[in-house]
Amino acid sequence: MGHGHHTTAHAPQVLPKDKEKIKKIWMTALILAVVTAIEFLLAFTMERGSLLTSIFVLLTFVKSFYIVGEFMHLKYEAKTLIWSIVIPTLFIVWLVVALLVEGNAILYFRNLWQWYAGLAK
Amino acid sequence: MATTAVIDEKEKRNLWGGGAEPLRASYGKLMMWFFLLSDALSFSGLLITYGLSRFAHNAYTGKIADFVPSGNYWPVPEKVFTHIPFTHNPYPLVFVGIMTFILIMSSVTMVLAVEAGHRMDKEEVLKWMLWTIIGGAAFLGCQAWEWTIFIVGDKGRMIADGTTFFGANLHHNEYGPTLFADLFFFITGFHGTHVLSGVIINMIVFYNVAIGTYERVGHYEMVEKVGLYWHFVDLVWVFVFTFFYLV
Repeated sequence: MGHGHHTTAHAPQVLPKDKEKIKKIWMTALILAVVTAIEFLLAFTMERGSLLTSIFVLLTFVKSFYIVGEFMHLKYEAKTLIWSIVIPTLFIVWLVVALLVEGNAILYFRNLWQWYAGLAK
Repeated sequence: MATTAVIDEKEKRNLWGGGAEPLRASYGKLMMWFFLLSDALSFSGLLITYGLSRFAHNAYTGKIADFVPSGNYWPVPEKVFTHIPFTHNPYPLVFVGIMTFILIMSSVTMVLAVEAGHRMDKEEVLKWMLWTIIGGAAFLGCQAWEWTIFIVGDKGRMIADGTTFFGANLHHNEYGPTLFADLFFFITGFHGTHVLSGVIINMIVFYNVAIGTYERVGHYEMVEKVGLYWHFVDLVWVFVFTFFYLV
């Protein structure tokens, strides 16, 4: 079908645009832009604290879901491939918890040391 | 029962016994995915180090409006990154917001290039690849500007030896504890290096598309692979934006 339109011998058949697919790409872009705008707005309207931080973390994961799932197409890959990428990243969660606890401990001992140094003076 | 088991066994062996693609992705794409996974671990290491350093320093407890930089507590990012080019009025986080927008847009043009590649539409692939390269170059330009502002500094701050220090290097900075500037350089620098290499690889692929290499090969999978890398760079920036600039 359509082979009669070939002008050069080697040019392969160019398929028509998939309107649905392109619409989906722009929708994903819109979602990413809107979520970023919301984050930006919250940074200046909400009180800083653990609630705002949690909202930021949540929205960051929403964005990564769209980037990895739609743009990188992982959502549509074989199940085994999805899990072989996602499961190893779970170890990162452990590292986050471990090192943040460690950071708190360092701060505690630093301040304790300064307090001692003050007493000695 | 016995028959079903035998058939299952056979199908399994066929899928993983060679000659098939059990993950329904080519070798090149799979290796790109596993490289990106390892790269994700590298970036996690850097960002988690930022978290550790921040938790190991006192937090600023006063009102945001009254914030004055000090080596005794971690700075509030929106009070550090307030510059946009061509004006001296403070616009907190606006410039970095623009950079985020540029990178998201270049990610969109990259997917559109991949989509065009699936349709063997060489002209469209070229068009969208070019936009992606321009977006990447624009981001790098912004980052160069951002670094210059950060290094040159603004008001300065008195440091331990009694002198006033302007801007930042790896030993001193006017914004807060030494580690704050160090991590700024390491994290945005490591990300910027990724963007730079991404732009260079994009240029090489663009050239190959232009001379018809992939048309001869019969598919545009290389565009897909470099696309994966490019989206990953965008993904990392999403995390840097949140954990370095917003939180």
